[in-house]
Amino acid sequence: MIRVLGAALAAIITLLGLTLALWFAPATQVNLPQQVELNIDASGIAHPITAVLLNFRSYDTLLEVAVVLVAVVAGLALRERGPRVTPHERSADPMLQALTRRLLPLLVLTGVYVLWAGSYAPGGAFQAGALVAAAGVLARLAGYDIASRVDRLLRLGLALGFILFLTVAVSAMFGGRPFLNYPDEWAGSLIFLIEAVLTFSIGLTLLSLFVHAPGDASPQGGGDYGR
Amino acid sequence: MMIFDVILGVGLVLACASVYLSNNLFRSVVLFIVFGLLLALTWTRLQAPDLALAEAAIGAGLTGVLLLDTLGTLRKIRHQRAADDTKKHEEASS
Repeated sequence: MIRVLGAALAAIITLLGLTLALWFAPATQVNLPQQVELNIDASGIAHPITAVLLNFRSYDTLLEVAVVLVAVVAGLALRERGPRVTPHERSADPMLQALTRRLLPLLVLTGVYVLWAGSYAPGGAFQAGALVAAAGVLARLAGYDIASRVDRLLRLGLALGFILFLTVAVSAMFGGRPFLNYPDEWAGSLIFLIEAVLTFSIGLTLLSLFVHAPGDASPQGGGDYGR
Repeated sequence: MMIFDVILGVGLVLACASVYLSNNLFRSVVLFIVFGLLLALTWTRLQAPDLALAEAAIGAGLTGVLLLDTLGTLRKIRHQRAADDTKKHEEASS
C-alpha cells in the first residue's frame, strides 16, 4: 500500500513538473514546419515527414539504422549454439496453414504499398519493414522456417540497408558535395532506392530478433534465468 | 468527437495503469498491446498518422509478439525445471 502511495506521489510530482515545464516553455525561435514547406521542392519527395527523415535530417536516420544493426548483431551473438533442429516444418493445423497462405501475400503487398506511399503520404521504410517482419513472424509461427535456413545471406541482408545508405552518403563526397547531400536531379529516386533496401533490411532485422531470440529452454543455453 | 477523445484519453490511462497493476504477466502483455493500439488511435487523432503507423506496427505488434514469446519461453523453462526437480527428488528418495 505504501509503495502504491509512493508511486502515486511520484507520478503526481512528475505531472506537476511537466505541466510547469510546458507552461514556462520558451517560444519556438524557428518555425520548422514552415522551413520544411519552403524547402520541400528541393528534397525530391512530396511528403514532408519522409523528406525530413531521409533528406533534411538523414544523418539521424543513418545513425538510427546503425543502432538497429548493432542491436541485431548483439541479438545474434546471444542466440544458442549447437545445431538448430526444427521439430516441425509445417504446422499441422489446416486452418492456420490456410490463413497464413492467404495472409502472407496480403501483408507483403501492404508493406510494398506503405513503402511506395511513403513518398507522398504517411508511410515509409520503418513502417513497411515492420509489416514485412510481421509477415515473417506469422510465417514462423505457422511453421515455415525462413530465416534460420539461409544464415550467411541473412547476415548480408541485415547489413545491406546500412551499407547502401552509407555508400550513397559517401559517394556524394566524390562529386565535391558534403556528406549525405544527394544530387538534385537524383534525390527522389535515390531516396526511394534507399527506402526500398532499408525496408528489406529492417524487416529482416526485426524478424531475426524474433527468430533468434535466446532461450528455447534448450540445454545449450539461454535457460539461465534467475539462477 | 470530443467525447471520443475523452474516452480515448481515459482509456489510455486505464490501460497503462492496469498493465502495471495486474498480477498476471500474460494479462499485462495483452493490456500492453491494447495500450499500444489505443496510443496509435491517439496519434491519429493528433494528426500524426506516420507515428500511428509506426506505433501500431512496431509498438503494439512486434513488441507484443516479442513479449509473448518471452512469456512462453519463461513458462517452458519453469516447467522443465519443475520436471528436473521432481526427477532429482525421486532419485534421492530411491
